[in-house]
Amino acid sequence: MIPAPFDYKRAGSAAEAISLIGQYGDEAKFLAGGHSLLPMMKLRLAQPAVLIDIARITDLSYIRESGDHIAIGALTRHHDVENSPVLKQHVPLLAHAASHVGDPQVRHRGTIGGSIAHADTASDLPATTLALGATYVVQGPNGTREIAAKDFYKSYFESDLAPDEMLTEIRVPKMNGAGWSFQKFNRRAQDWAIVGVAAWRRGNESGVGLVNMGPTPILASAVSSAIAGGASVADAAALATAESSPSSDLNASAEYREHLAKVLVRRALEQSSN
Amino acid sequence: MGGSILGERVLRKEDPKFLTSGGKYVDDLLDEPLLQGALHVTYARSTVAHGRINSIDTSEAAGMPGVVAIFTAADLGLQPVPSSFNPAAARTLLASDKVRYVGEPIAAIISETREQGEDAAEMVFADYDVLPAYTDMMAAMAPDATLIYEACGSNIVFDTTALGIPANTGDDFFKDCEVVVRGEFMNQRVAPCPLEVRGSAVAWADGRLHQWISTQHAQGAHAPVAATNGVDPSQVRILTPDVGGGFGAKIGAYPEELLLGVLSKRVGKPLRWRESRSESMVALGHGRAQFQRVVIGGSRDGKVTHYQLHAFQDSGAFVDMGTILAPFMTRPMSSGVYAIPNIECHTTSVVTNTTPTVAYRGAGRPEATAAIERAMDLFAYEIGKDAAEVRRMNLIPKFMEPHTTVVGQTYDVGDYEESLNRALAAADYAGWRRKQAERRASGNVKQIGIGVSVYVEITGGVGNGEQAKIEILDDGSALVYTGTSPHGQGHATSWAMLASEKTGIPIDRIDLVWGDTDLTPVGSGTMGSRSLQQGGNAVYSVAGTLVEKAKAVAARLLEANEADIVLDTDRAVFHVAGTPAVTKTWADLAVAEKANGGLSHDEYIGVPGATFPFGSHVAVVEVDTETGKVTHIAHTACDDAGRVLNPMLLEGQIHGGVAQGAAQALLEEVAYDGDGNPITSNLADYAFISAAELPSVTVVHMETPTPVNLIGAKGIGESGTIGSTPALQSAVVDAVSHLGVRNIEMPCTPQRVWAAIAAAKK
Ligand SMILES: Cc1cc2nc3c(=O)[nH]c(=O)nc-3n(C[C@H](O)[C@H](O)[C@H](O)COP(=O)(O)OP(=O)(O)OC[C@H]3O[C@@H](n4cnc5c(N)ncnc54)[C@H](O)[C@@H]3O)c2cc1C
Repeated sequence: MIPAPFDYKRAGSAAEAISLIGQYGDEAKFLAGGHSLLPMMKLRLAQPAVLIDIARITDLSYIRESGDHIAIGALTRHHDVENSPVLKQHVPLLAHAASHVGDPQVRHRGTIGGSIAHADTASDLPATTLALGATYVVQGPNGTREIAAKDFYKSYFESDLAPDEMLTEIRVPKMNGAGWSFQKFNRRAQDWAIVGVAAWRRGNESGVGLVNMGPTPILASAVSSAIAGGASVADAAALATAESSPSSDLNASAEYREHLAKVLVRRALEQSSN
Repeated sequence: MGGSILGERVLRKEDPKFLTSGGKYVDDLLDEPLLQGALHVTYARSTVAHGRINSIDTSEAAGMPGVVAIFTAADLGLQPVPSSFNPAAARTLLASDKVRYVGEPIAAIISETREQGEDAAEMVFADYDVLPAYTDMMAAMAPDATLIYEACGSNIVFDTTALGIPANTGDDFFKDCEVVVRGEFMNQRVAPCPLEVRGSAVAWADGRLHQWISTQHAQGAHAPVAATNGVDPSQVRILTPDVGGGFGAKIGAYPEELLLGVLSKRVGKPLRWRESRSESMVALGHGRAQFQRVVIGGSRDGKVTHYQLHAFQDSGAFVDMGTILAPFMTRPMSSGVYAIPNIECHTTSVVTNTTPTVAYRGAGRPEATAAIERAMDLFAYEIGKDAAEVRRMNLIPKFMEPHTTVVGQTYDVGDYEESLNRALAAADYAGWRRKQAERRASGNVKQIGIGVSVYVEITGGVGNGEQAKIEILDDGSALVYTGTSPHGQGHATSWAMLASEKTGIPIDRIDLVWGDTDLTPVGSGTMGSRSLQQGGNAVYSVAGTLVEKAKAVAARLLEANEADIVLDTDRAVFHVAGTPAVTKTWADLAVAEKANGGLSHDEYIGVPGATFPFGSHVAVVEVDTETGKVTHIAHTACDDAGRVLNPMLLEGQIHGGVAQGAAQALLEEVAYDGDGNPITSNLADYAFISAAELPSVTVVHMETPTPVNLIGAKGIGESGTIGSTPALQSAVVDAVSHLGVRNIEMPCTPQRVWAAIAAAKK
């Protein structure tokens, strides 16, 4: 429960953070809210030699309306996402999903950027932003690039982010009055989801993101295609696991996860369709 | 005369401290003079569940920054220490020839800081010949199983047949029964999870060992600590700082604590040791872990006449207290609250390659209750009668004289039916049954389940009484010395209430001393819900005697006849009857007695036996039949603990007990993989319950005083846990029983509930 020794550097800006990580290379890790990284370090599952603290880059903590989308700074805490009037108005699904992350302590520390960069399939915000068709903005030594959420997640804790790149902004399309639902299935209030579903629907358009149903968060495209093709909610939900490949663990077998995904997608769509 | 303080909802004296500046736990002993310059101890632990040790290489760790010394069993010349429950099971305090579970200490690292110790522990390399690891008792009992303790000749380390109790007979036992139902239940292994993990600190001064331990029983640690250090017990002082919970797991002294004095002597420095949560999850004793085979038989109209229980107790990798809970706690209570004329109960304790089991809130009685309650439910289903009604038909009728069951256990007093009536009424049992019927009729996805359990348990089974001393200080305040050991229960408040009742000294002028073997050398600690009925009883009695002593002093000072002296407890003054204006205060008397060694009284007050609190719990759950998720929506507890000293403390014990019981029913389970690696060794994987998972608990009061002690009190510390677990499990099964489900193993996880529904549909 005590991390291995490490060095600590504090970055004052994104540029400084990127230059520092360039300097230390693979040995180094960004430290944002620390609520995924530090537990792994305490269990000695991660042993970075250097931590580059980016949590105090305050100009990367913001939520702004910007045309057809909302721009969220990567260092914005879950608590601020949860309580943002702008998000509540334009992307209520994301604000609501943030309110389900861990407990108040976690939400006051953890950041949306850290959650997405960590690329944990069991986390709530990767699947939610995926369902919403978000775009992630990353900055590296050679400038910035944009990655669509659907192209970002590669495997367990692996993303398209290069080790010397930093996630700086999350752009989430406005929901424009779409119906939505967030179904988090867990055993205890503060737990990660055994299975989670983030869904929205506007007429025949929809987006469904699955939490913990495979190595990455999953976009249930077959469900959305079925809805687009006029299928009933029940029929569409039956396709919930078309893209998934869940694993078995202490809480749930793969088979049970698949069952849950179908039930929860159906419930989410029912709620979104009202 | 003002009213008695006994029975009042007195706020806990200790709470301002705990809620503000915090208590002083082992880790907070920073300004303790004897501990200045202390080094830190970290134990390197076994990473395999069962293996023969070829070598332990500490050379690399020894060169790590801040490492002062490293010791293995060989370095210390440790000799095997036999279990007190089966001497053939002997182990060295650091593993020497074999390791028997993941987490067993194999080397002690002394370092300047705690962090350095943890870094060095990763660099201790042991070479093992890996042996088959048994996490399952049945596998460990197989005839060809590798022996965990060769000297035991078997992995069965304790069996009631060795006590001369015949093994259970076969089906013949039930030949006169119209209905016979069988069940197999796993009362799963759980982790006690006190908020404060284990910790200890030691210092040698003038040839004497001073050891602070986070313990429930300092006096119990005294002799083993002295023996481990090879010194006379007079050379050891055990001290107990504030203790953040124990739940039974901190009763005994562990190897990690016993060795500290030896290590300190080697390095010539005081030492501190504090385990991490991850260590605590694998090296602090576990609870429960009992597999039960039950058969219940009776008549079709609902009368239970025969009951057979074979309890298999998982001892874990040592023969610790867990081993003897099945024969000496579960077996005597196997009849529960029921008048069953024929009972057979056999218990078999088995060592496995898992964390040793110890006492855990209820310790053997929850297992007894769970077995009979589950059996009652199965019986009720079989004959198609309401579970509460079948229980009522079989209850032992109210008794105010001792009652002995067929297994030979004598209960003090009981009125089980009244507790059942009160709980059912307060819970609106009939109303919930109506709601359940509506939901069933409408085919609602969310079904309601109602579970009832009626229990009796044994408290104060440890110790034959308790020591108490009350000393009046010059300012008229009092110090109460007790042999009990509060670690959350509120003794500072309740013992002050008892002393105040007799002496009139206000409770804020009464302080408590405990857990220091120099100041309180005699004591049986706090365990088995014994404290109030033995420790509190002693304080109450001693306070009474002290008042008589004080009257003699007052008579002398007031130049009156002792018989004419009265104590006005409202003003806490003594005067001659009829002349209340001329008084002597406690301070006056204490000062006057200084020359005679002070005003105090110190006495061991015996009690004739254990007490048998009882009660009924009604749990209501809502089960999502599509996902299997269980929500605990209502809970009513009518626990009769005899005379209630402070209802607020009683309710606190019930609330906490219900939470812990619900946790076992719905959430918590220690799990291992096939190689014996623990896979629930942190609080993310181990589903420790939180307030969000619990309903408000309705507490229904009922008081049937026991004649066994002066106060009339029985224990309440474990009742909530004992009553709630079977009620909850029963409620979950009840919610889906109309679908054909008859049993769901604990913890009733969503996956298990879903699987049970799916299986019943097939
Ligand atoms: C008790 C507990 C319960 C939790 N429950 C939930 C839950 O229910 N649902 C849920 O979704 N999450 C949960 N979490 C995780 C929490 O949401 C984390 O805060 C979040 O996943 C990571 O964000 P962070 O800012 O803390 O990142 P950190 O832990 O600081 O970093 C995580 C990883 O991302 C990298 N990183 C961080 N920021 C950036 C960036 N801007 N650019 C590039 N790389 C970056 C780090 O180097 C590190 O590898 C829980 C955590 C805890 C401790």
